[in-house]
Amino acid sequence: MSGTAVEPSPSAPSTDTPIARGGLTGYARQWIDNVRAGDLGILPILVGIIVIGIYFQARNSNFLTAGNFVNLIAQMSPFAIIGMGMVFVLLLGEIDLSVGYVSGMGGVVAAVLLEPGKGQWPTWLALTAAIGTGVGIGLFQGFFVSRIGVPSFVVTLAGLLAWNGVVLQVIGSKGTIVIQDKLVIGLANDNLSHTLAWIVLIVSVALYLGVQLATVYRRRQAGLANVPMALIAIRTVLLAGIGIFVVEWADTDRGIPYVGLLMLVLLVFWTFVATRTRFGRHIYAVGGNAEAARRAGISVKNVKLVVFAICSAMAALGGIVLASRLSSVDTSTGGGTVLLYSIAACVIGGTSLFGGRGKVSSAILGAIVIAMIDNGLGLLNVSAGTKFVITGIVLLAAVTLDSLSRRKSVASGRA
Amino acid sequence: MSENHLLELKGVDKRFGAVQALNGVDFHTDAGQVMALVGDNGAGKSTLIKCVAGIHPIDGGEILWDGEHVDIHGPKDAARLGIEVVYQDLALADNLDVVQNMFLGRETRSTFRRLDESRMEKETLGVLKDLSVTTIQSPRQTVAGLSGGQRQSVAVAKAVLWNSKLVILDEPTAALGVAQTRQVLDLVKRLGEQGLAVVIVSHNMSDIFEVADCITVLRLGQNVAEFKRSETTQREVVEAITAGTLHTVPGMQEEEVVK
Repeated sequence: MSGTAVEPSPSAPSTDTPIARGGLTGYARQWIDNVRAGDLGILPILVGIIVIGIYFQARNSNFLTAGNFVNLIAQMSPFAIIGMGMVFVLLLGEIDLSVGYVSGMGGVVAAVLLEPGKGQWPTWLALTAAIGTGVGIGLFQGFFVSRIGVPSFVVTLAGLLAWNGVVLQVIGSKGTIVIQDKLVIGLANDNLSHTLAWIVLIVSVALYLGVQLATVYRRRQAGLANVPMALIAIRTVLLAGIGIFVVEWADTDRGIPYVGLLMLVLLVFWTFVATRTRFGRHIYAVGGNAEAARRAGISVKNVKLVVFAICSAMAALGGIVLASRLSSVDTSTGGGTVLLYSIAACVIGGTSLFGGRGKVSSAILGAIVIAMIDNGLGLLNVSAGTKFVITGIVLLAAVTLDSLSRRKSVASGRA
Repeated sequence: MSENHLLELKGVDKRFGAVQALNGVDFHTDAGQVMALVGDNGAGKSTLIKCVAGIHPIDGGEILWDGEHVDIHGPKDAARLGIEVVYQDLALADNLDVVQNMFLGRETRSTFRRLDESRMEKETLGVLKDLSVTTIQSPRQTVAGLSGGQRQSVAVAKAVLWNSKLVILDEPTAALGVAQTRQVLDLVKRLGEQGLAVVIVSHNMSDIFEVADCITVLRLGQNVAEFKRSETTQREVVEAITAGTLHTVPGMQEEEVVK
């Protein structure tokens, strides 16, 4: 019955995707097509990292030493962690300007509760309270954004001011609170042992390979097109190679800091949430077309509320890491470059400010670039002013590149 | 023929403040039938659809589903009955791919609350094949890269995916070129042939006369005429749209009803 009135269509049935044909070479060709069409992926940022690395190494031979590499991991970590939360807010097409001082709140709450003396809290409870403070702040701000409809720019701008005020009030006349808790200090200042680093590496690579193979298996069961096995092999070998290089290089000096492991765990966890859960899918949908999401029965309000809570919680966690690096908190905690570097990390890493496009990993990639510039210019004894100007130029360049590639992809119908 | 219509509206009223958008509208549609809903701008077509879809609650009258009284309080209620609406602006998220859009809000999951991507992709391919949609190359293509006709096909396939019984299409060909309009009209016919009830809202008389079995005309919030396509002409329908007899003239007292 069906099809009697249908004219035969000129194109072939769509049961096999273009991916299925041609194997590895087909894949390579498709990738080149994508780049030509303006879908650059992580190509610009990889080029950027290499160029920045070569430039600073040429100017100062200390830049690419193992010791400085370990420093870099610790330096990038607060921006990467805060940025990972920020990615979710940016995916919605919203912004959170309060993350700097919310991170300050996280650090200050942890520091105050862990102050030696009568009222000292157990470490785990103090850290939970600090992150809980972040969740609370996020729910509070998210309430105004999602339920009342105040623009997130304004709500979080108010937050930026208010939480700065709260940090000042809490620190008060003390000026500085030194952190003495071993675990908190160790977070950014202690390093994984050689054995532990290798265990983490092996588990990570095995996990990656396992997930890839399981996907291939399930897709084969369902009779769907698959990525070529050779590609999975190449990716796994590449991942293992980079991992071995990082671990061995860092271990010629102090080794990988614990925050490195923390970043890895957070990256895996939040990437899972963003790409493999219903909630993550809904975040992308709300950012792409809020009305479509609403009509699909998604509670746009709840998604927004939870995302702001995630962002502030991650900011508080980033604040704890920042406090750990400096071993203290003071009245300027969470100020300065924290906010802008965290947002810049996401954007440089390729997350769009217009919502709907981005990855959790962009925060890490962007934070690497920012930390490299910050660190390299520091080695060259450049003034803070020059540092900001250069970082600003890099940010502008990244966003310009993004806009240009987007224009190109619109022109080639891939937007 | 069963005794009851699949969907029947009896004397449905809908007001927005002082504006009477629907005034005692009777409307019905049956399985396997393509019903066209026509009328001038502001005649209440969209309002009627939104009432059935659960976006607007009705102020008066009754909605019957398979002869049973139903209350539709939200899009989820409508979806539960098997009513799916394909809106004019399509309600697809550009940044998501075809599979992701098809299952938006109703994603299937496997263990550990993970999304079951391979199953969703397989079902998507199945529906596209059932509807003979051959223009979509890869189900993992983002919707942003699709043409208007392809998007419309995805939106219709999305509506069909959920074992729906009634598919409502709001101006499905309004923004499309000739070839793409062709694709979509074929798709609409196929829906009817597969035993679904289809309601199509359109301004385009030739489109309607091509696919519809019956035509309901709304004018100023009232049902002014109902035709069988085989027994009417475009001219007759246009006359009803512009000058169909109203049972109540808006703005006049109830007593001054005009015949």
